[in-house]
Amino acid sequence: MNFGFTEEQEQLRASARRFLDDRCPITETRKLMLADEAFSPDLWAEITALGWPAILIPEAQGGLGLNWLEMAVLLEETGRTLAPSPLLATALATATIIDAGSEAARTRWLPAIAAGTRTATLALLDDVDAPETASITLEAQADGDGFRLNGMRDFILDAGQADLFVVAFRRPDAGLQLAVIEKSLPGVSACSFPTVDLSKRLGRLTLENVVLTSEMLLSDGPLAEEAITRALDRGAVAVCAESIGAAESALNLLVEYAKTRMQFGAPIGKYQGVKHPLAEIFVDIESFRSLTYYAAWAIDESPDELPRQASLAKAYVSDAMARIGIDSVQLHGAIGYTEEYDAQLFLKRAKWVRPAFGDSDWHYDRAAALGGL
Amino acid sequence: MDFKFTEEEESFRLEVREFLDANLPADAKKNDPTFVQEWDRKVREKGWVGYTWPKEVGGGGGTIAKQVILKEEMSARRAPSLGSCFMGLAWVGPGIIQYGTEEQKKRFIPDILNSEYQWCTGYSEPNVGSDLAALQCRGEREGDEYIVNGQKIWTSGAAWSKWMILLVRTDPNPRVKHDGITCLLVPMDSPGVEVRPIQNMAGYSMFAEVFFNDVRVPIENRLGDEGEGWRVTISALANERSGIAEVTQMTRKLEELKSLAKRSRRGGRPATKDDQVRRRLARFEARIEAMRLNGLRYLTKQLKGEKLSSETSVNKLHRAELEVEMGDFALELLGAASGYFPRSEASPDGGRWPFQALNWPEVVIGGGTPNIQKNIISERILGLPKD
Repeated sequence: MNFGFTEEQEQLRASARRFLDDRCPITETRKLMLADEAFSPDLWAEITALGWPAILIPEAQGGLGLNWLEMAVLLEETGRTLAPSPLLATALATATIIDAGSEAARTRWLPAIAAGTRTATLALLDDVDAPETASITLEAQADGDGFRLNGMRDFILDAGQADLFVVAFRRPDAGLQLAVIEKSLPGVSACSFPTVDLSKRLGRLTLENVVLTSEMLLSDGPLAEEAITRALDRGAVAVCAESIGAAESALNLLVEYAKTRMQFGAPIGKYQGVKHPLAEIFVDIESFRSLTYYAAWAIDESPDELPRQASLAKAYVSDAMARIGIDSVQLHGAIGYTEEYDAQLFLKRAKWVRPAFGDSDWHYDRAAALGGL
Repeated sequence: MDFKFTEEEESFRLEVREFLDANLPADAKKNDPTFVQEWDRKVREKGWVGYTWPKEVGGGGGTIAKQVILKEEMSARRAPSLGSCFMGLAWVGPGIIQYGTEEQKKRFIPDILNSEYQWCTGYSEPNVGSDLAALQCRGEREGDEYIVNGQKIWTSGAAWSKWMILLVRTDPNPRVKHDGITCLLVPMDSPGVEVRPIQNMAGYSMFAEVFFNDVRVPIENRLGDEGEGWRVTISALANERSGIAEVTQMTRKLEELKSLAKRSRRGGRPATKDDQVRRRLARFEARIEAMRLNGLRYLTKQLKGEKLSSETSVNKLHRAELEVEMGDFALELLGAASGYFPRSEASPDGGRWPFQALNWPEVVIGGGTPNIQKNIISERILGLPKD
């Protein structure tokens, strides 16, 4: 019995924290939020040199062959400084290619991702608020011997920046399909739109008469269906992992302020009206940290448990983050809602977190069904 | 991470299950004193009472991991507790083991392990609740005795306990209020001790007021040194546990609540078709799962030899909220039928739901109120100034 990280995992955490404190503290995050697609090629090159996009990729495809626990550690750390990077989206797309693709597909797509020369993202659903395969309505159209795709997908993470899109659709004759579509192909275009949380860019993928070839296909039918469900569960867990770091930073900011801000002759942290909400935030972070670590462990070590664990974690995180975001502004008073103070960044992050890969209602509904109700 | 117990630990789990199969039949009369006496004797024979206490004092000398397994299995079968001397096992015994004289260990520990009689705990006073160190009950040294005068209140089990672990103030003018407190072990039949039971809102008299009028306590009944009572108490109470056994109880309560929901109707249709009902139950489930996993993280710390302290307030807060909310939610599901109490032929499920909804303070207030837990977290973990 050991619900703790290994020494190697703790070292990974420590080195990630040092790197981000140095290269992407919140001051740098703020600059990147104003950059094109919130993306810094230099930062990504350094992240690639550290091997982060290669973490999940098998050694045969130029990766490190590690697990989601390591990825969760990294996401928690990037969440701490709200660091904008394609890491989360790319990790989710990568894991789906590994999970659903053949050896040939892995060899085709993964080495470039491991090398950092290509980034990727998931574009699975037509209704992202219901993260399940029933939300896939896009259909390929028969065209002679082959098929073409026409359609549009919205709310895709890093759409404007990603090179590869993992897309799910249906074929009238063969059910669900899971494929990798390159942005460089004829008929593929993608763009991002301004977002509440500028460190999380969302956008639109447009497919016009995109010719489907067999090399694009990862899997189909029931195999694709299961792979998509797992991909969505990993998405929920990844958002939770990033939220641990973000929430801790929000709490640290609040605690420091509560210790130093004097009112009525005392630091406001002396008053129970301030200290108790901070204790409640601590309770929430401590609890969704446990739920998230376990769910991240289950991705690789106990996949049968993943649906329930991912749902319990994401439901808890969606609600808790919403409150932490609001409290991080509200408990600061007026300074909290100025642009220049960081508290508002956490509120905005919480707005992205809540619906991402399903809100608490969706996940509690699913947990209820899984629990025999 | 590895959530498996070792082979040896798992074979211990099988041993516990076999014991339960043999000694806890489905129709066991768990409230029958004869059954409980037999049970206490059998679990004592197995060495499962005081399972992690050192063998030298008669304990089981077992590991923390196996204790978790033992408690999990017992709780899953709703077995009676491992030994009946509740407070003796929870903190009087650990206090005596740590601070007691050899004489005291010989005199008290075997009786605690053998479930001979109950202990009660004289901490709270009429003007001293959460702020325990402000206690005023006096203990004045006179030769080889302490003369105790004052009052305790909310003393659980005072009416049927043979002994009390009592905190008195031996120095009325200490430099800081935590000094000058002394811990005494007092027979409840001492002349001058008077117990007046207090009825709680669920109709039970669990607790009582206890009055001390020139009660003479011999010096050999002092636990620890004079003035050391605060330290004795804190380290005995700081015997914090990972709280895994409580999670098994909460899981069972949730199952019962789900089963009640399946039998209930809301808005003219089965309650389990109502989104709000389903989501509330799932929300309870998420928090209980968070408690379980928090508990496993704390257990991991213990297994690495670290002591638990303030972090256990996290699960205490979850438990407090869940006890209140789950108890209340059952009454919501029952609707008007929740109003029959105490139990009568008209009460659903033998009147247990209103009882739960009225009895939660025993857990929620008894072990330190939620506000105190929040003070502990914000001051000791987050480092905010004391109020």
